[in-house]
Amino acid sequence: MSGGHSSYTPSTGIEKWIDARLPLPRLVYDSFVAYPVPRNLNYAYAFGGILAIMLVSQILTGVVLAMHYAADTGLAFNSVEKIMRDVNSGWMLRYLHSNGASMFFLAVYVHIFRGLYYGSYKAPRELLWILGVIILLLMMATAFMGYVLPWGQMSFWGATVITGFFTAFPIIGDPIQQLLLGGFAVDNPTLNRFFSLHYLLPFMIAGVVVLHVWALHVAGQTNPTGIEVKSKTDTVAFTPYATVKDAFGLVLFLILFAYFVFYLPNFMGHPDNYIQADSLKTPAHIVPEWYFLPFYAMLRAITFNIGPINSKLGGVLTMFGSIAILFIVPWLDTSKVRSAVYRPWYKLFFWLFVANAIMLGWLGSRPAEGLYTLFSQFGTAYYFGFFIVIMPLLGLIETPRRLPNSITEAVLAKTKSGGQPAGVAAAPETRA
Amino acid sequence: MSAHDTTEPTRRDFLYIATGMAGVVGAGAFAWPFIDQMRPDASTLAVSSIEVDVSAVQPGMSLTVKWRGKPVFIRNRTPKEIEDAKNVQLSQLKDPVARNANLPSDAQATDTDRAAAKDKENWLVMIGVCTHLGCIPLGQQGEFGGWFCPCHGSVYDTAGRIRSGPAPENLPIPPLTFTSDTVIKIG
Repeated sequence: MSGGHSSYTPSTGIEKWIDARLPLPRLVYDSFVAYPVPRNLNYAYAFGGILAIMLVSQILTGVVLAMHYAADTGLAFNSVEKIMRDVNSGWMLRYLHSNGASMFFLAVYVHIFRGLYYGSYKAPRELLWILGVIILLLMMATAFMGYVLPWGQMSFWGATVITGFFTAFPIIGDPIQQLLLGGFAVDNPTLNRFFSLHYLLPFMIAGVVVLHVWALHVAGQTNPTGIEVKSKTDTVAFTPYATVKDAFGLVLFLILFAYFVFYLPNFMGHPDNYIQADSLKTPAHIVPEWYFLPFYAMLRAITFNIGPINSKLGGVLTMFGSIAILFIVPWLDTSKVRSAVYRPWYKLFFWLFVANAIMLGWLGSRPAEGLYTLFSQFGTAYYFGFFIVIMPLLGLIETPRRLPNSITEAVLAKTKSGGQPAGVAAAPETRA
Repeated sequence: MSAHDTTEPTRRDFLYIATGMAGVVGAGAFAWPFIDQMRPDASTLAVSSIEVDVSAVQPGMSLTVKWRGKPVFIRNRTPKEIEDAKNVQLSQLKDPVARNANLPSDAQATDTDRAAAKDKENWLVMIGVCTHLGCIPLGQQGEFGGWFCPCHGSVYDTAGRIRSGPAPENLPIPPLTFTSDTVIKIG
């Protein structure tokens, strides 16, 4: 499909003129109109498109917010309040931006779980997956630095705690922290550089997204059966089929987004962040944004020393490791079958993994004491066990269900049992 | 073609490698200012030492000053607090090291080595940042009458030594000198 011949035919004179000089319309047509996608994609596959729209939304709202924001410790907090009260539509732009970050992470987590469920990371899509993990890391850095900008109490103390992670490393730890902060504590230089980087990183994300989509279009999309496209009847054209399906998924997603923006704009925030940063007073309970909670829980789960590694460094390594391990997932999974649909045991462990991730998120919001810590430790063990033990082992001992011969066969089998005439879904491209 | 097809390194090979090396060194030299600019700047370093007049701080009173963006606790301890701290055996401490920037790094966490100066053991000066995750402990609270961190429950005694909770180390003592009887220079 990547080597497929271009079916773009410029009809008007101006189109021919452009096509001979810069064939951009041809690239767009081949990538987003005629591009063949598997005919059995479900709504879980709509999140890639949703994420692209969320990135554009965040950049647009962010650029206009930057027109009113002042990155100075004396001005930042009040400039954000000015956006909320004085700037025309400022309240909406800021709520779109702050809730947009949450929605962005919601979508990316669904997108990642979808990839894990359908085995989207397997050969030949390892680089596609790795690029995705890089995007996740960039998103986390961007979100963290963005949260510091309003210069509230959570901004300040979140930044203090998170840059404090680096002090866990012996010898190089303190110099690294000073390099990040531009001083000995979170202060004006920190705020300035975080603003600069917060503005830069989304464009780096956009760059990696281009590579991500490029890699996707070389290997082609996976699909719920995990079987590669074999013939023309396995696919439909991207437009209108995938475009309309993605657009409908996007509309539902945006309704949820709008509900938060207009009815619960501070639901996912923290009241302490409406108190201006005070470097001499710590809030009673420092909690990161919800999308970091599972990782925060794993950080705090390591309360014991592991050999020469003390508990603080152990926690930091565990937290970084929980993301780093995603890079090698394509090589940890030994199963020859791609999709969990045909892997009864993997399916069970996968849903346990999802439940475990949600539980870790909840534990991350609790104080680190007593049973909470114990359950965090169990949760951390399962998180890593899923990747290090279950994934490699299950591929060797699990008996997968029988795979259909093709996507078309799988789709028709489903349609027949549904009582519809086979002709309705078969070869839809001939009726377009 | 065959004239160049030799295993002996040629003048051209040497030039390729030399050019490549010069390029790498040049790129590194060019990148360095971009990294170096992120380190604490001259104005930040200029305020890296402060002088504090403590003449008004009576026994049982504390003063919090800001040094390098962090709070520094200066406490004039009561005789009872000093005695409590002295009665603690080293074996009871979670962190037996003094963490005193004015002493060798292996100095033990006795009360004498924690106090601000030998003949001024009523003064305790330390950076008020919990060694766990950087919160600011509250003074004269907790079961040892020292400091208590509200974030994750670390408890420090009247010499600022960690006694229970998740923090790994004693509250650190910054570099300090008494420039006169009542003025402390920190940093």
